[in-house]
Amino acid sequence: MKFFKTKLAVALLASGLTFSAAAADITVAYDSDPVTLDPHEQLSAGVLQMSHMLFDPLIRFTQKLEFEPRLATKWERIDEKTFRFTLRKGVTFHSGNKLTADDVVWTFNRLKTSQDFKGIFAPFEKVKKIDDYTFDLVSFDAFPLVLHTATYLFPMDSKFYSGKIDGVDKSIIIKHGNSFSSTNVSGTGPYIVTSREQGVKVEFKRFDKYWDTNSPGNVDNITLVPIKENATRVAALLSGDVDMIYPVAPNDQKRVERTKNIDLVTLGGTRIIELQMNQNSNEALKDVRVRQAIVYAINNDAIVKKIMKGFATTAGQQGPEGYAGYDASLTPRFDLKKAKQLMKEAGYEKGFKLSMMAPNNRYVNDAQIAQATASMLSKIGITVDLKTMPKAQYWPEFDKCSADMMMIGWHADTEDSANFSEFLTMTRNAETGKGAYNCGHYSNAKVDELVEKSNVETDPAKRSAMLQEVEKILYNEAAFVPLHWQNLAWGAKSNVNITPIVNSMNFPYFGDLVVK
Amino acid sequence: MFTFLVQRLFQAFIVMFVISLVAFAIQDNLGDPLREMVGQSVSEAERQTLRDELGLNDPYITKYARFVTNAVQGDLGTSYTFKRPAVGLILDKLQATLELVFGAAIIIIVVSIPLGVYSAIHPKSVWTKIIMAFSSIGISIPVFLTAIILMYIFAIELQWLPSYGRGETVSVLGWETGFLTSDGLLHLVLPCISLASIMLPLFIRLVRSEMLEALSSEYVKFATAKGLAMNKIYYQHALKNTMLPVLTVGGVQIGTMVAYTILTETVFQWPGTGYLFLDAINRVDTPLITAYVIVVGLIFVITNTIVDLLYGVVNPTVNITGKGA
Repeated sequence: MKFFKTKLAVALLASGLTFSAAAADITVAYDSDPVTLDPHEQLSAGVLQMSHMLFDPLIRFTQKLEFEPRLATKWERIDEKTFRFTLRKGVTFHSGNKLTADDVVWTFNRLKTSQDFKGIFAPFEKVKKIDDYTFDLVSFDAFPLVLHTATYLFPMDSKFYSGKIDGVDKSIIIKHGNSFSSTNVSGTGPYIVTSREQGVKVEFKRFDKYWDTNSPGNVDNITLVPIKENATRVAALLSGDVDMIYPVAPNDQKRVERTKNIDLVTLGGTRIIELQMNQNSNEALKDVRVRQAIVYAINNDAIVKKIMKGFATTAGQQGPEGYAGYDASLTPRFDLKKAKQLMKEAGYEKGFKLSMMAPNNRYVNDAQIAQATASMLSKIGITVDLKTMPKAQYWPEFDKCSADMMMIGWHADTEDSANFSEFLTMTRNAETGKGAYNCGHYSNAKVDELVEKSNVETDPAKRSAMLQEVEKILYNEAAFVPLHWQNLAWGAKSNVNITPIVNSMNFPYFGDLVVK
Repeated sequence: MFTFLVQRLFQAFIVMFVISLVAFAIQDNLGDPLREMVGQSVSEAERQTLRDELGLNDPYITKYARFVTNAVQGDLGTSYTFKRPAVGLILDKLQATLELVFGAAIIIIVVSIPLGVYSAIHPKSVWTKIIMAFSSIGISIPVFLTAIILMYIFAIELQWLPSYGRGETVSVLGWETGFLTSDGLLHLVLPCISLASIMLPLFIRLVRSEMLEALSSEYVKFATAKGLAMNKIYYQHALKNTMLPVLTVGGVQIGTMVAYTILTETVFQWPGTGYLFLDAINRVDTPLITAYVIVVGLIFVITNTIVDLLYGVVNPTVNITGKGA
């Protein structure tokens, strides 16, 4: 067997040398596959990953979170409310239609009807066509995050998606049933779908008329397979059955790293994992000293090292580095002595009881993290009644804010600091939808005001200062317990050069993937 | 016979009715399907609108009546994630599951009978002790552990066998099979062994004890005294009588094996009904969960009815008319 294998390796090597310029075919294993081919049906990582393969956004983020032109080649702010974009010429959809500003207008109008995406596009009034390759994106008020939002605008082929099929509008978005757009697709992206068996595999083929001829990408065929079990996914990579996997669980990372000809690629993530302290359900948590004591008592550095195996970045605030509101001085603060002293000052020297809930299959090692925090809190006399449950049962409990402490992970869809506060720490308001995930019921008028102001401030420096102040207030008032930002980890064969194409949003740019 | 058939059918109908009630009642306790359908930033009001559209806010009776009306027309609902009728989806995936069960059944038959017979004929042999010890261990190792160990040895270390999925399949009269391609066969090996490992120890022990019983029976003693060749006694007389109870148990256990595929299929990413069901639970795909419970229930009810009927045919002492004995 060994002899045979060596021979095989030599043969493969030889063929590799002969056709070094030849294109490659790869198989990629994720933990799930996209539930639809409609880019507007669901705002989820899976759908956005797919969108970056079948479509192109106007602009996209680079690995350093800077903006890179895609279908828009130029952009400028012409007044407080208007941004003018120039569209790339000579771009062809998979159907053969040419991309024009009409497609952008059509896509924008469709986004406005999408339940998941209309929130992101709510600040915008319209897209105004100037000529075939120029259009204005007009907001209701001055709006700072125009370019961030433009990364979510993947122009769709308006001619392809217009009209009726079997008496039903082709462009209709249906979440829970079949629609034309959930199984048929025409975008401008580097790949087309050749076959799709949901839950088993999706086969992509490179689009031969792809506009980006400068892209170094040389992968002709990609097969995407879902493998749900962490152990199986790693086994598939180590055994050579697949060429690339995501995610690699913390426990398997050492092994992937040690294996010859297989690389582990990790990036700091942007999803904050935190615990909220419910001031409505537990009297003690109203006291800022008690909340501070809890933050001081939780050793999140140890959680990152021991439970996450270093697979996370310890957090002291909501937004990670690189975000507008990030303040480097807001570091994690573990100090048991100080925690005990604060409890004493607050009159809880003997401690108290509280309930805690956490999911057990939503975030990486979520249940173990909750157990660890519970035992850390016992050191300052707080008895925790902990319940962990599958996410399917957890979310209904979270909607009711059922426990005194609830775990939540949050990734800002806008890749911007304000988003964290809007959902997690602003005063709960059913009408405006602000603070919709604020189970701490934390409320501070100053925070609300600053975030609202930042949403209409177009000067990046001034805006950044406002959001930094928000983070500082939240830090000082111990509005929540920051734990860590989950890292992202991919595994790939060494000849598959994924390092340049992955990013912290977890949208690998497969169009640019080079396989040696 | 006719009365018996009508009686059985009526019973089957009652059982299906109860199953449908239970399958439907658990729906509300599985979690919120909306969470898997919409993004995190979609407001509660929007989610309520969608719930109304899906009819999730209707009272239980309304929901159940709607469900039954559709169910009698063969429509058990549409899967939220797959956006396809749930019954068609389950029947499609059932092919992969049945192939897995079939492969495992073959392994069980081919391995358990010779080993069981051997250990009954040579009760004091060292091999018997090894076989018995092995089957004790086998019975106590959970299937997912067996699967992961097998995968580690044969897929990662030796790289002889693939680690996941069904591989290449060919379509024969609408049935996608992996038994006819070499790639498909290679993909079947590890999952089939894992699944077989649950039942194998049980069957070795069953064959052994049935064989031991046969060997101590009067007719075997008589045959031995008559001077018949030992091989003839073992394999022609004793084995035949051993097989009857083994087949009965085997028939029942095949149903159980379909249930065990949930674990095996999840570990090997086998695209069958077990994996489908577990995934549906994770995603709170309630129509699919309900349909799965009902379809599986129906399979059990039908096979049991057929077995009962056949039993009457095979064994005339069973009084199927239900009139006095």
